[in-house]
Amino acid sequence: MTMAIALELDQRSGRSFGGLGYPPNLPPARPTVPAPRHEGSLRESMSEAAIGAEDQLIARLRRGDEAAFVELVERHGPALLRVARMYCTESVAEEVVQETWIGVLNGLDRFEGRASLRTWIFRILANIARTRGEREHRQVPFSAFANPSADAEPAVDPDRFNPPGTEWANHWISHPRRWDELPEVVSESSETVAVARRAIDALPPAQRDVITLRDVEGWSSEEVCASLSLSAVNQRVLLHRARAKVRAALEQHLEMAR
Amino acid sequence: MTADRTTVEPMDCREFVEIVSDYIEAALAETERLRTEAHLAGCAGCRAYLDQMERTITILRRIADRDADVVAQRATLVERFRAWRDSRDTR
Repeated sequence: MTMAIALELDQRSGRSFGGLGYPPNLPPARPTVPAPRHEGSLRESMSEAAIGAEDQLIARLRRGDEAAFVELVERHGPALLRVARMYCTESVAEEVVQETWIGVLNGLDRFEGRASLRTWIFRILANIARTRGEREHRQVPFSAFANPSADAEPAVDPDRFNPPGTEWANHWISHPRRWDELPEVVSESSETVAVARRAIDALPPAQRDVITLRDVEGWSSEEVCASLSLSAVNQRVLLHRARAKVRAALEQHLEMAR
Repeated sequence: MTADRTTVEPMDCREFVEIVSDYIEAALAETERLRTEAHLAGCAGCRAYLDQMERTITILRRIADRDADVVAQRATLVERFRAWRDSRDTR
C-alpha cells in the first residue's frame, strides 16, 4: 500500500474524534474520492467468525452494554498502555489510555468497520499520545516519516566474519551459540525478558514502534503498516534492524549467564 | 528453480544476517529464498543464528505475557461508560 493512502485514512480517523491535528500539514482528504479498499483488506484477513464476533461486540457497545465495554477494556487495555508508554511518561500514558477509551466511546457511532476494531482503537491512541507527547516535548516517534536507511548499521559486528579476500571470506569466524543448549531457566527467565525490554527502549523510535507492535503485541505486518502509516518495505527494514539489535543484546546477556 | 541467465551467486553469512528477518517473514522472492535455504543447509553457524532470531521473537512475545496486568482503570472507565450511555439516552 502507498503511504499516501495510509495518511489519508489516518487523517480521516483523526477527524472523527475531534480534530486532534494529526498528521500535521497535510492537504485535506478529498471526500469525493471513493474510500480506499485497503482498510477492507485488513478485516478480510480476519476470519468470518472473528468479523461476526466483532460486529456483535460493536452492536452491544452501541446498545450501551456495560459487559461488552469491560470485555473490550480487558482485551485491549494492557496493550494500549504498553503502546502509550512508547510516546509518553508513565503517568501520562495512563491518562492517554483513559482519553483513548473516551475517544472510542465518542467515535463509536461513526466507526464504519472498514478497519478492524483494534486498528481503529490504536489509531485513536496514537493520535492522542502524539499530541500529549509533543506537549511534553518528548521525542515523538513519527514512523511514517522515518527514513530506515538513515540507520544502516550491519546486523552483526563485521569483525565476527572472516575479512574479504581471505578463505571463507564473510563467513563466521566462530559460530553463534545455539540457545536451545541453554537451560530453560536462563533463556526464559524474567531477567532475560527484562534485557529484551531494555533493548527495545534503547531503539530509535520508529524501530521501537514496529518491533513493539509486531513482536511484543503480535500484530500482523498489514496492521502495523496501516497503524503507523508505513510501506511494507519500510516496515520490514525497521523490523529487521530492531530484531538484530535485540538479538545482539540477548546474546551478550546469555553469554554472560553461561 | 528456473535457471537465470546469470549464475546465482551463493550466499555468504554476512548477507544471511541481513535477510534473516525477511526470511522469517516469508517476504523473500523465490530465488532469494532458495539461495537462503541453500546457504542454511550448509552452514551450522547461520542455522544457529536463525535459531537465535526465532528465540528472540519468542522472548519478545513474553514481554506482553508478563505485562498482562489487570486494568487498574477499570472502575473509572465503567463510570465513564455509564456517563456516555446516559448522555446518549437523553440525546
